Amino acid sequence: MASEKWPEAGKRSLIGKRLTRLDGAMKSSGRAKYTYDVSRKGLLHGKLVFSPHAHAKVVSIDTSAAEKMPGVKAVQLMIEPGKEVQWQGQEILAIAAETEEQARDAARAVKVQYEKLPHFVVDASPEKAGSNGRPLAEQVTGNPDQGFKEAEVTSEGTYGAPVITHCCLESHGQVAEWEGDNLRVWASTQNVSGISGEISDGLKKGGVDVPASNVQILTPVMGGGFGSKFNADTWGVACAQLAKKAGRPVKMMLERDQELMAAGARPSIHARVRVGAKKDGTITAWSSESWGTGGVGPAGNPILPYVFTRIPNRRSRHTRVNTNTGPARAWRAPNHPQMCLITMSALEDLAAQLQMDPLDFFLKNLPFVIEARAESYRQELLKGAEMMEWKKKWHPRGDKTPGHIKRGLGLSIHTWGGGGHPSNCNCTIRPDGSVEVFLGSQDLGTGTRTVIAMVAGETLGLPVTGVKVNIGDSKFPPSGASGGSTTVGGVSASTRRATTNALNELLAKVAPSLGVEPDKLEAKGGTIRVIDDASKSLTWKQACAKLGATPITASGQRAPSGPDGLISSGVGGIQMAEVSVDIETGIVKIEKMVAVQDCGLIINMKTAESQVNGAMIMGVTYALYEEKLMDEVTGQCLNPDLEFYKLAGIGDVGNFAVHFMTGAGYDERGVIGLGEPPVISPGAAISNAVANAIGVRVPTIPITPEKVLAALETTPRPPSAGSEREGGAA
Amino acid sequence: MNSFEYANPTTVKEATGLLAAQWGEAEILAGGTDLLSLMKNYVATPKRLVSLKDIAELRGITASAAGLRIGAMATLQELHDHKAVHNDYHSLAHAAGSVSSTQIRNMGTVGGDLCQRPRCWYFRNGFGLLGNDAKGQPLVPRGDNRYHAIFGHPGNGVGAYYVHASSLAPAFITFGATVKIAGPKGQREVALASFFKTPKTEGERENVLLPNEIVTEIFIPAASKGMQTATYEVRQKEALDWPLATASVAVRVASGKVTSAQIVLGHVAPVPWPATEASKWLVGQAITETTAAKAGEAAVRGAAPLSGNKYKVQLARVAVKRALLETIAGKEGMSHG
Repeated sequence: MASEKWPEAGKRSLIGKRLTRLDGAMKSSGRAKYTYDVSRKGLLHGKLVFSPHAHAKVVSIDTSAAEKMPGVKAVQLMIEPGKEVQWQGQEILAIAAETEEQARDAARAVKVQYEKLPHFVVDASPEKAGSNGRPLAEQVTGNPDQGFKEAEVTSEGTYGAPVITHCCLESHGQVAEWEGDNLRVWASTQNVSGISGEISDGLKKGGVDVPASNVQILTPVMGGGFGSKFNADTWGVACAQLAKKAGRPVKMMLERDQELMAAGARPSIHARVRVGAKKDGTITAWSSESWGTGGVGPAGNPILPYVFTRIPNRRSRHTRVNTNTGPARAWRAPNHPQMCLITMSALEDLAAQLQMDPLDFFLKNLPFVIEARAESYRQELLKGAEMMEWKKKWHPRGDKTPGHIKRGLGLSIHTWGGGGHPSNCNCTIRPDGSVEVFLGSQDLGTGTRTVIAMVAGETLGLPVTGVKVNIGDSKFPPSGASGGSTTVGGVSASTRRATTNALNELLAKVAPSLGVEPDKLEAKGGTIRVIDDASKSLTWKQACAKLGATPITASGQRAPSGPDGLISSGVGGIQMAEVSVDIETGIVKIEKMVAVQDCGLIINMKTAESQVNGAMIMGVTYALYEEKLMDEVTGQCLNPDLEFYKLAGIGDVGNFAVHFMTGAGYDERGVIGLGEPPVISPGAAISNAVANAIGVRVPTIPITPEKVLAALETTPRPPSAGSEREGGAA
Repeated sequence: MNSFEYANPTTVKEATGLLAAQWGEAEILAGGTDLLSLMKNYVATPKRLVSLKDIAELRGITASAAGLRIGAMATLQELHDHKAVHNDYHSLAHAAGSVSSTQIRNMGTVGGDLCQRPRCWYFRNGFGLLGNDAKGQPLVPRGDNRYHAIFGHPGNGVGAYYVHASSLAPAFITFGATVKIAGPKGQREVALASFFKTPKTEGERENVLLPNEIVTEIFIPAASKGMQTATYEVRQKEALDWPLATASVAVRVASGKVTSAQIVLGHVAPVPWPATEASKWLVGQAITETTAAKAGEAAVRGAAPLSGNKYKVQLARVAVKRALLETIAGKEGMSHG
């Protein structure tokens, strides 16, 4: 019997190798068909009408003019008159027409009468937020007052990060097509197996009774979700309703402005922090008062301090501020980048007060991280320091080099869970040797498809091209939503089991012809052979031919909960940033980012590195550029576009170096997810590097020129070129 | 976007005849890099588009003894790559080459750069050129004005707070460029420095064009050759982004002293903003780190930052200093570090 256990280091044929993703060429050449690309015979185009106001009562909705517009085929109300809208971008109705332009024009012709109500759109401090603030219970551990008394040095600061959005390359949306009582939906979703029920429920509420089993979700490829695409959404249901009414398929993808206003936001955070330590750097106490907004509803629950959760004396309180802004959605590692920014900035400021190298300071305080992580953090910090040449480059706060360019280093530490979600896999081996696996999972662009092929190939002794991977269809065995970095754990466990079970059936069929018991056989290098006697073997094709006419189908599962020997949870990582800051313009450039990460047994080294690189690009972007800007007077979003909602380009991100902790001590933890952890630290590492460069903290991200210049005004500047200072005033 | 009529004239005369006497009824399509997004956002809702693409006389860049003639439909990339521009008008080549992105440089035209609408987010979000609320009160001074004007705005009153987005105009103005305008009544020529104006009411525009006029060419007189020139732009990102402040400078130097100077700021006012006082002050000086900084200081004297854009004063100051220092970079006596 082949064992489901992962092979040991020396016996792996595919796992841990650097494989190019299987759909890379298809995607980069434009042949991959995203939801956006799906075209069906008779396709109509849907557009949403949404509220231009942050808070208003919908008095009346008049669609009569719109319905008479050329090409209009169906209208679907999404809110009843009399109800309130709570943010700009909230859905009012959807219209389907022959062309996208006709649908857009018709949407403009809808007359909605609003009664404007007072709005509140900024994440003001609890004192200013008044009744919009919802304080959560204060958390106290140990004796914070005593801890601060014991402190020989204390540091106080205010830090923050604004609301940002997900900026998926592919906006939210779907194509819905009815065939009798069956509904097919091509959706840009992170949850192929999960949203059929939601659409069915939504349709039932609208009077169309269709069981979830009649609703098929298809997502062969998708253009990014980052946590914003777990649900069918109101527009998913409306799209199906439009298609039903019109009797034709409908495509409805959100426009970029709606995407930015309504389809997901990361809660902001602001915090006043006080932290104390002994002169030797040992932290004695933490105190924080934080707040942030996740839109109208409860969202955002940062737990401070982050990573250093065993600081003996600590007090923290968080206030949620309700605002009339688009609702928050999970954003790659929910809460963590915010918690990390606050904690690592405050601790780095404390290290600066202590006049300690933050590398030494963080190493010194590792006893305050959870015990299981301390040693790997130590190794990761030292490895990162080597990659960054930290000890050679680091200087105390404020680069003393003459001239207007100042360099600095910063670091940060993060953690994440990443266990495997529930997953089912079916594996079919056919008599001609062809192999297929089926999972109702999805590849968000992370390389899931390739990882599944590698696990199946590893098990069956085949190359990745020897296995056809079928995912992205809700008719396949259910797999969990891709959230929490749980996909790789889920699908690798279910695929390993399904393929092992199928292989064992095959070995049982083949054993007699090789004259041994099945447990003496192994699948290796495209053959089925006797263990330790390669002379007795059959090619894969020959072996499969022994099946006669009947294929083998076997299934495997990552159980819905509980421990699983193939996977586990809990990772750590560190990142270091080197920046240069032009102190005359306030412009920050990333010189280099170093990431050292552990995530158990890595299946594909190349796509794993790609995940970290992608996360750091996202990290540079939110550290320097991103902010959803709300206008207090009008209540409207000022930058619902990709022009002034700024994203980094390739010239802005600097050089990246990635290292994974692998081998003994790491591989035996099994497979653990990686999607989220590397996006947590960049904001903190970059903020710390800027403080190190210019000698003063820029309190909030994004670190824009105006904030850098303002921060520099609060402190004596590091020495610049002498002559230009003389020439300061003409 | 609304349905519209598309006209494809082949002569300027035909084109001006297709334009309307009222703003907004017809729009001119050159490269389309600005107009298309205005139309998608329903900020522009023309009934007719008049494409200039097939009008041969609007194309091309030609150098003659009199000067350099740049057709309004020459692309930013063509301007950047042109030998005469490269040799004689470094600051202009630099300004054209700095426009992001590559796609915009390939599609965007010189005429389009001069006539593009402001990027002000109140304007782009439907509050009009002046960004007024329903009661006619200006939103910019009360709102987020981080990218708005530090010169030439009305303070707290009604008026223009946006910054002109042209990348080329400051450099062109330092060369005394003129612009040729064709209308139903024939041609006229104006100095580019007086082409731009600041609207006082919502019905006005950002330049002296009438609704049925077209910019046909830009002319740089040969007399402007031989100056030391530079453009410095302060821009946060490498990727697609707008400058926060720019300065174009053109100086003549004899025996180590400046004999004439032209300094024009961009992205700081509703029009390209000539730093007249700084230009005058510089005459007679040698360009050094110190005098460049002093010229920068003089250039921002009188700046009136809004609630959220004080930092732009510093950026404009630095842009002037660095542009001036660039004119002496690599030469004897260069002193900046």
